Amino acid sequence: MNKFKIKKQWIFGIAVAFIIIFSAIGIDYSGLSYFSPSVAKDVFVGLAKPDWGYIYDGSGEDLVSLLILTLSIAFLGTAIATVLALPLSFLSASNLWKSCPWVAKVGKFICNVLRAFPELVYAIIFVKMVGPGPFAGVLAIGVHQIGMLGKLYTEEMEALDQTPAEAMTAVGAKFWQTMFYSRIPQLMPIYSSLSLNHFEIAVRSASTLGLVGAGGIGAPLIFAIQARNWDKVSVILLGVIVAVFLIDTLAGLIRKKLK
Amino acid sequence: MPMNIKDTIHFNWYKHLFIVLLICVCIWGCISATGADFAEVFGNFDQMYAFLSRFLKPDFSYLPKLIQPMLSTLQMSVVGTAIGVLFAVPIAFIGTTLVTGNKVLTSVIRFFLDIIRTIPNLLLAALMVAIMGIGEFSGVMTIAVFTFGLVSQLVYEAIEAIDEGPIEAAMAVGANKVQIAQYAVAPQILSQVAGYAFYAFEINVRASAVLGYVGAGGIGVILNSSLALLQYNRVSVIILLIFVVVTIVDGISEHIRRRLS
Repeated sequence: MNKFKIKKQWIFGIAVAFIIIFSAIGIDYSGLSYFSPSVAKDVFVGLAKPDWGYIYDGSGEDLVSLLILTLSIAFLGTAIATVLALPLSFLSASNLWKSCPWVAKVGKFICNVLRAFPELVYAIIFVKMVGPGPFAGVLAIGVHQIGMLGKLYTEEMEALDQTPAEAMTAVGAKFWQTMFYSRIPQLMPIYSSLSLNHFEIAVRSASTLGLVGAGGIGAPLIFAIQARNWDKVSVILLGVIVAVFLIDTLAGLIRKKLK
Repeated sequence: MPMNIKDTIHFNWYKHLFIVLLICVCIWGCISATGADFAEVFGNFDQMYAFLSRFLKPDFSYLPKLIQPMLSTLQMSVVGTAIGVLFAVPIAFIGTTLVTGNKVLTSVIRFFLDIIRTIPNLLLAALMVAIMGIGEFSGVMTIAVFTFGLVSQLVYEAIEAIDEGPIEAAMAVGANKVQIAQYAVAPQILSQVAGYAFYAFEINVRASAVLGYVGAGGIGVILNSSLALLQYNRVSVIILLIFVVVTIVDGISEHIRRRLS
């Protein structure tokens, strides 16, 4: 029995190795011919001396103000998503729709469709709808996160301990009463923690959405990369790393308190 | 967790009210900072209509041309994940005090890994493209670095949670650090490492679909050009294809991970 299991592991390992080798051969390496050590050296020399003057110059186009704008985009997007994902999760939790299960299926389908689009595609669409600017980024993050949070909220709702709600129903509570006095209070800490976690994720995406004109720190970064302005790239990357690091630490602290 | 009557909302409502107020102030500040105007969304419905009317008529005749880029996206994810995991495992071993016995080295390595994880994917891709040129190889390197950051954290957390008995036994018979790592630690975490590799692969397939936007190869290149040329009937086919492939990859990978654990 054990021998058979080891044999199976070998077959599995060889199959994975075969897929990796096949993929490695299939990749197009032609782009590498443009690579030259001197260019790479320029990059690292430039990255090693950040342009500190860009951090704050009071013009509103400096690093600190753009980082604050990026954080605002992420916060507002997550706030919109949280508010809208809540009713969606009520719609798609199958334990709330025992008499007509198709409603839950529709709700889950909406979540899946919303999640299927990459955030970048939403950003491009919303830039067309409301014009380039931070608001397009807010909408892109918001709509994408509705799907993400909706799915996670639904899973938590379905995994919830049913006994308090059942006990309330037994003493004559209506559906909305069990909702507000039993289910929502039980779910609040988990939901807040999930929203915080998605705020962290949103900060990362907000810093990239500027690539398509949806505001934030992404646009100056991509311009600096294209202009090979490495000292500026360096200071922006440092700013993004510090901001993301701070937000992650702060959110981690709050989440620990929520538990 | 036991709950006391003093913990209920009726006794510390002012705390909750304060948090709600704080969040409201933050939202208000963000609205003024980003210039959000929600009426604008509904005001420009003709734009939405123009988009949707083309988007909802997918051009399926375009599908055969997408197979090759989709395949290369998958290849990029496979190779990137493999390279990332290959580097992540030894670094994760150094990232635990269990193996090195040196606290300073461990915290330096962990700080370095934390920094790698904070860089957003797409920014890393843009940087890689600038250094190594436009093409699939930059995408592979981006995925490798990203996987490295993700998997090494998961692996060192796994190493810290293992049963220490075999390590003590190995030490008692005079094994050195490398031998301990090889015979006492590695067998315990092997199946978990394989599981994390597949988990990373799932994430990477999703992420690599958009890396082409900055020139890092794969199906994102075509997605980008179709969006730029306003060919929304093609965009919907591409997104549908990505969705189907991601779902299949998720299904297979989840099945394997369940078998592994």
